Amino acid sequence: MILARVVGSVVATRKDPRLEGKKLLVLKPVSPEGKDEAGYVVAVDTVSAGYREKVIAVSGSSARMAEGCKDTPVDTAIVGIVDEVSLDEK
Amino acid sequence: MFLGRVVGRVWSTVKLPSLVGHRLLIVQPLTAELAKTGKRIVCTDATGAGAGELVYWCRGREASFPFLPAEVPTDSTIVGIVDSVDRNRL
Repeated sequence: MILARVVGSVVATRKDPRLEGKKLLVLKPVSPEGKDEAGYVVAVDTVSAGYREKVIAVSGSSARMAEGCKDTPVDTAIVGIVDEVSLDEK
Repeated sequence: MFLGRVVGRVWSTVKLPSLVGHRLLIVQPLTAELAKTGKRIVCTDATGAGAGELVYWCRGREASFPFLPAEVPTDSTIVGIVDSVDRNRL
């Protein structure tokens, strides 16, 4: 799972019927300190995350285990909203 | 499976019901020489690993298998706590 920040949303009219009604958000992966990392991903939202919120995203076939994503063409899903990250570093 | 070290943890209140009760730990992947490699990731924990512990973790769909029959949406899970690494045998 990765930490990411919600930076936008995706609107798609023509899509697989199994994706209808799913919220698609654009995520920017971040480090545990909150610094941006390379790339962007589009993820299905299962926890009603909002703009700029820090979230946990699951990728790969495990994403389909998220609620309401069974047998859907999804490979990244938001499964939690982060309250706090603590690091043990020196 | 990969070696890693637990370097922190993540708190999340709003998450999928299937993730409730699972600890989310930040793991720094390590090489066999125990040098840091790659980005830190968020893992669920199947072993009760603690802060600073050397662990091994697996990724992909298999990461949810330790929790069967529950379908936990995770793509990286700590599956063992390392006692020692012996890398000069071969």
